[in-house]
Amino acid sequence: MSNQAGTIRLLLVDDEVGFVEVMCKRLQRRGLDVTPALSGTEAIQTLRKQDFDVAVVDLKMEDMDGIEILGIMKKMVPGLPVIMLTGHGSEQAAREGMEHGAFDYLLKPCELENLMAKIHQAVGK
Amino acid sequence: MTDKSYYSQLRRSIIGIIVAVSLTPLLVLAALGGYQFHSAYKQKVLAHMEQLVYGHQQSIDAFLSGKLAEIRVLTDVAGFDKVRDDAGLAQLLQSLQSRYDGVFVDLGLVNAQGTQVAYSGPFRLGRADYAHALWFQETMQREYYISDVFLGLRGLPHFIVGVKHSWHGQEYILRSTIDFVAFNRLVENVRIGETGLAYIVSRGGEFQTKPRRDVAMTAEFLNDVLTPEQDLRTHRFGQSQPHVHLGKDPATGEDTVFVTASLKNGDWLLVLQQSQDDAFRLFLRARNFALVGIIISTLAIVFMAFVLSKRILNTVVETDQQKEMMNEQVIEAGKLASLGELAAGIAHEINNPVAIMVEEAGWIQDLMEEEDLRASKEADEVLRALSQIRTQGGRCKEITHKLLSFARKIDPTMKRVHINELIEEMAALSEQRARFANVHIATDLADTLPPIEASPSELQQVFLNLINNAIDAMDHHEGGQLKITTRVENHQAVISVADTGQGIPKANLQKIFDPFFTTKPVGKGTGLGLSICYGIIQKMGGEISVSSVLDVGTTFHIRLPLRSAEGEGRSAS
Repeated sequence: MSNQAGTIRLLLVDDEVGFVEVMCKRLQRRGLDVTPALSGTEAIQTLRKQDFDVAVVDLKMEDMDGIEILGIMKKMVPGLPVIMLTGHGSEQAAREGMEHGAFDYLLKPCELENLMAKIHQAVGK
Repeated sequence: MTDKSYYSQLRRSIIGIIVAVSLTPLLVLAALGGYQFHSAYKQKVLAHMEQLVYGHQQSIDAFLSGKLAEIRVLTDVAGFDKVRDDAGLAQLLQSLQSRYDGVFVDLGLVNAQGTQVAYSGPFRLGRADYAHALWFQETMQREYYISDVFLGLRGLPHFIVGVKHSWHGQEYILRSTIDFVAFNRLVENVRIGETGLAYIVSRGGEFQTKPRRDVAMTAEFLNDVLTPEQDLRTHRFGQSQPHVHLGKDPATGEDTVFVTASLKNGDWLLVLQQSQDDAFRLFLRARNFALVGIIISTLAIVFMAFVLSKRILNTVVETDQQKEMMNEQVIEAGKLASLGELAAGIAHEINNPVAIMVEEAGWIQDLMEEEDLRASKEADEVLRALSQIRTQGGRCKEITHKLLSFARKIDPTMKRVHINELIEEMAALSEQRARFANVHIATDLADTLPPIEASPSELQQVFLNLINNAIDAMDHHEGGQLKITTRVENHQAVISVADTGQGIPKANLQKIFDPFFTTKPVGKGTGLGLSICYGIIQKMGGEISVSSVLDVGTTFHIRLPLRSAEGEGRSAS
């Protein structure tokens, strides 16, 4: 699943501005159409306006818990694969996310190639 | 206060309490019982002596008054013809002697001038002049009289019973001498115990009977000891009932019981005396027996107090040591818990900037793929620097992951774990590293070790940590031997990991499980490995300890409880 040009549309949700910026640049360089969201609320608003092929969501954010966002996203777009990003300490929460329908999880900081592999896996490419 | 003086004082207190609690009732009972027994026994002994004296007082007085009565009867019944000549008196004397078995020694008739006009008896006393004799004067005044014992004309101790009577208008005294031996026998027979003796003494302090042994009779003794209640210079003995006096016998110096009673209307005093040691002999024997019993009991109590206090003290010392150890463990656990929380917080906070750093380095690496940048002469150096940033970022990641492991264990899921298998796996995993460090890994695993209920990943982490530490300890020490042993001891699985490394200085041993404590060079160790091991083993209800000798080696001992797994095994079967 992708847009007409075959570009993967990715929603990147993380409240760390620096992380979002650099990840956007790196993912876009690898041909992905990345839309950043700096909070859970912003992510949900963006999801209402646009379609995405995959979402990468940080589990720990100021305004909303990752599991909560996952639940809302899954309700809004049931078929949307969600990859969770987590610090080592919230591994348990990531597993919980898997039980709530997340596609997979990755430990932060992660190798970009690993993330790319998961993204391709998620969109079925 | 040092532990030693505290325990010494505690032991003294325990001994004091045991001795006081045990001995006080014993001594109080002994004192009260002894006092009661002594009073009752003394009363009984004195009552017996009083009774004895009273009986003899009665019989002696009866003897004297009987003899006097006989003479009085003679004066009343026998006519002057019978008494005026020796032959008549001889008849009367014979009659008296036959009736009284020789108690009356002689008979004499004395006229008012004191001249004996008739006499019958064994001595030649005819026409004797008694005008100045005390008994003659007393009898002339009182009608009848019983004299004190005196030697008189015959030179032998005797006493006179005299009765004044008037025949044909003339006053005469019919007198008889009483056999001293017979009279003495009345008192001599009073014997009690070994030291008891009786005697009769006159107001002047003269013996009227012969005591069985010497008695130092002085005026002071008579006045102060025998009759303290009256002055004998002006009064007769006034004791119709027996009296008891306790005092010292001047002859022997012993504490003595004196029981006295007056005789002959207060002229004489009957004395029964016995040393107190003799009188209360049975009591003293019982008292000595009780004293020996008390001394033996006291010694036994003191001995038991010493033995018991030692046992109690050993238990107290042991309990104190356990308490101290538990306190240390609680402090250690608390320290680890708070540090764990802190570590988790720091790890989270560091993770994000590190992630950004690593990603930014990755971004630069991405940009370096551009043709113009790659052509730069410093491109290789930039790529090396980027690679270094990413490597160090990776190290930061590793550190934060370890910090988080310290706060939350990797996988706390409990499973049935075979410790021996786990150790074999970990040893195999470290084999390569050991070979590089010239370390030989040997295992000695007990087949009898049952599986335990634990988190395999946590245990793996513990064993791996200990094995790696041991290899590190021997790495710069020309290699060595790493020996891992397991055994079952007191329902516990005991795992020992021993190396032949350089050992750990004593000062470091105390801090070995503290978080962030490391002796490895900067960048080589986080100082968290053993803290994590400590936390894991503590959580499992086990213990981890270390013993080390410098230049010989270090051994870590892990003790894990076997109860839960065994219990499940039993319930499953």
